[in-house]
Amino acid sequence: MEKQKVEQIIAKHKSEPSALIAILQDVQEEYRYLPEEAMAIVVDRLNIPLSRAYSLATFFTAFSLKPRGRHSIKVCMGTACHVRGSGMILEKIERDLNVKRGETTDDLKFSLDEVYCLGCCGLAPVVTIDEDLYGQVTLVKMPKILQKYS
Amino acid sequence: MSKLKIEDLQKINEKVRQTMLLREGNGRARITVHMGTCGIAAGARKIMDTLLKIIEEKNVKDVILTNSGCAGLCSREPMATVELVGEAPVKYVDLTEDKIHKIFVEHVQDGKIVTEYALAVGSERTH
Amino acid sequence: MRPFRANLMICGGTACVSNRSFDIKKALEKEIEKQGLDDEIQVVTTGCNGFCAAGPLMVVQPEGIFYGHLMEKDIPFLVEEHFLKGRPVKNLMYVPPETEVPIPKMNDIDFFKGQILIALRNRGLIDPEKIDEYIGREGYYGLLKVLTSMTPDEVIKEIKDSGLRGRGGAGFPTGVKWELTRAADGDLKYIVCNADEGDPGAFMDRSIIESDPHSVLEGMVIGAYAMGASQGYIYIRNEYPLALQRLLIAIDQARDYGLIGENILGSNFSFDINVTRGAGAFVCGEETALISSIEGKLGNPKPRPPYPTTSGLWGKPTNINNVETWANIPVIINRGANWYSEIGTETSKGTKVFSLVGKINNTGLVEVPMGITLNDIVNKIGGGIPDGKKFKAIQTGGPSGGCIPAEKLDLPVDYESLAKAGSMMGSGGMVVMDETTCMVDVARYFLTFTKDESCGKCTPCREGIAQLHRILTKITEGEGTMEDLELLENLANVIKDTSLCGLGKSAPNPVLTTMRYFKDEYLAHITDKKCPARVCRQLNTYVINAEICASKGHGCGVCRRECPEQAISGEKNISHIIDQEKCVKCGVCFDVCKFNAVTIE
Ligand SMILES: Cc1cc2nc3c(=O)[nH]c(=O)nc-3n(C[C@H](O)[C@H](O)[C@H](O)COP(=O)(O)O)c2cc1C
Ligand code: FES
Repeated sequence: MEKQKVEQIIAKHKSEPSALIAILQDVQEEYRYLPEEAMAIVVDRLNIPLSRAYSLATFFTAFSLKPRGRHSIKVCMGTACHVRGSGMILEKIERDLNVKRGETTDDLKFSLDEVYCLGCCGLAPVVTIDEDLYGQVTLVKMPKILQKYS
Repeated sequence: MSKLKIEDLQKINEKVRQTMLLREGNGRARITVHMGTCGIAAGARKIMDTLLKIIEEKNVKDVILTNSGCAGLCSREPMATVELVGEAPVKYVDLTEDKIHKIFVEHVQDGKIVTEYALAVGSERTH
Repeated sequence: MRPFRANLMICGGTACVSNRSFDIKKALEKEIEKQGLDDEIQVVTTGCNGFCAAGPLMVVQPEGIFYGHLMEKDIPFLVEEHFLKGRPVKNLMYVPPETEVPIPKMNDIDFFKGQILIALRNRGLIDPEKIDEYIGREGYYGLLKVLTSMTPDEVIKEIKDSGLRGRGGAGFPTGVKWELTRAADGDLKYIVCNADEGDPGAFMDRSIIESDPHSVLEGMVIGAYAMGASQGYIYIRNEYPLALQRLLIAIDQARDYGLIGENILGSNFSFDINVTRGAGAFVCGEETALISSIEGKLGNPKPRPPYPTTSGLWGKPTNINNVETWANIPVIINRGANWYSEIGTETSKGTKVFSLVGKINNTGLVEVPMGITLNDIVNKIGGGIPDGKKFKAIQTGGPSGGCIPAEKLDLPVDYESLAKAGSMMGSGGMVVMDETTCMVDVARYFLTFTKDESCGKCTPCREGIAQLHRILTKITEGEGTMEDLELLENLANVIKDTSLCGLGKSAPNPVLTTMRYFKDEYLAHITDKKCPARVCRQLNTYVINAEICASKGHGCGVCRRECPEQAISGEKNISHIIDQEKCVKCGVCFDVCKFNAVTIE
């Protein structure tokens, strides 16, 4: 982790406690998680206790304290996707990759998460991997989709 | 871009109004050029092009220009139909650039049918 | 500028983009150029058209011809036939399921017919990234009107007279809220646009921002003028990258034009807007939690009063409205309260945007006048239920709402009627359910959501919802008892009465309404240990029909390979068998069998 990058991120925002969430979001985007050292620098610059950053980091789902995988799989658990069987898709991915929802595979290749409604309910059930969106996913199609990512 | 003043809003609105009318599909007048294979062979593209030029030159905002397929009267191509809001459509035949010019000025702009080029009035729905 | 004779409005909404509408756009542009039509025909990307089920789609203007399910390979033929030769292509048009006759024009399609567009007035007509096009549709005229000819009090009166009520859920009269904020003590006031859109099955606000961001901005500037606010915030959900991007572009453009910022349109009124990104917590849609989150703190709700209108953001008077509420404002100002209040019912004026999803043919985004019946939405606009299945229920109000059964399809959509039926208007999610949806499972689904999203501050919500969820899980697994039903109801009512914020107060609604209208389904799970919709997998027994498996499937073995527990045995050309001892009822075999040889008993 480079100290400088974190400093650059902080510099983009106001050095006020109110900017904490926005700064952490940018750090999360940069590292795909919140490294401890980075959080330490942030709270130091904003002059607030580390506990405050931790409480935010554990409250909001956008933050992760553990390193995330190279690819982020998100299975839509929105209502429309749920009634069209997205739960089974999620279970299938959990089984195939041997990973639980909210967690990352041991080889740091995939992180698996649930999301709620991606706004394309017409394509339900929907899965996204990084920037790619897959609609009308079936149990049979899923492994082939995962194969595309290395 | 400099900050807008009250009058500027109106100016921007006018600038894009033609496009908006086109998208809303409700201009004051609609000209349909018949562009079947026969129409194209007879020079319908040229008529379309001329009309687009006239509209540009005269900076007309409320006329919609579309094309449609063969009107079934291939011997009289190129053809166009002019329809003013609330009036029956008029079909013009054997068009040339000059004729369409005259039709535009007299019928589309001034509302007077150019009877010498007209084939029929109200004979057909254009859309 | 030389005019174009046709504009091809390609939908750039999320669903169409996922269906590769940008590739279609490229193909169109290429083909149009090839035919030498590029100075006559323009291709435009718009926000969500609404008819997501037909995507990727485009509308050809001025004729208003609608093409759906486009594929790249169709484009050369389409361009030649329609744009060169003027013959619209029938087999790319929309065909309603029952008639099989293609409908050329968008406005003749049932999906669009019953709709009245106010909040979505510019959808499909403008490029959301071009402020000039918004102005071309009389955008910012409302702002001009208030700045040049109306006092703040007159603006507030107009909004009050219009009868507009909040579109974010509770339906509080907008004009009254504005009046309270204006009357509150303090020089510094804030206004906030709630774009957190937490309902897990809905995307109205996202679509409004993606297709017409300026309508929200203009509404906010008008509101700021009326309430005397100098700073506005838009709190936008984290998972909406495209909406965020369009919003930021719109704000930059509006600022460049001086429509926000210092001395707006040369007047002495100044107002600016900031965007705050949410960080993924449903409770942050609740206004007090949202405020705390903008302040950079935990998104915990606070008891009210004091209401934000007296003490909100940084303790200052703050007015919060939903995206759709804001988007209605410019039209009300432009066309007047009288015009607006003609639409809708006595107590619910205007229109409401719904995202219509689930087991329905015409999935999409609709804007309908208040008072329309659920039946019209489901069967006329929505085109009914696919695959000849039977309608069972419609869910409104997301996790705070309830399920309305088939008997009540005549219910008019207004705040009071929906509340009386045990549901609520909510922010506009509408999920249609058919006979293959299990209502106990649906209740459990929403509680899984609210259980995870409860902030944990108050006990009834934190512990109570978890208990409701536990009991429902028990029932779906066939372990429920009759006492559980009673317990569910009691507990649900206690949570409703004692929770701190709206999340807990409304979370039991899905349970209470499903128990009220679908008691027999609960009973089937408890006494017969059966799930009538066959959704609760623990109650299913999966068997393979030997006859079909051998004769039609020739023992293809797909189920055997997919079974995670190796519970299926069999060989090629021989029927397969499930070992019930090993089966964990994951349902994979049922799902993967192409020959429908796997059945549920
Ligand atoms: C748990 C909870 C979640 C909410 N989520 C939203 C939301 O996503 N969007 C929204 O506009 N309002 C939401 N609300 C309602 C807001 O608290 C608030 O009433 C609304 O933004 C006011 O705007 P309106 O008067 O224009 O409807 C939520 C309320 C609760 C209790
Ligand atoms: S519910 Fe999955 S995309 Fe809307």
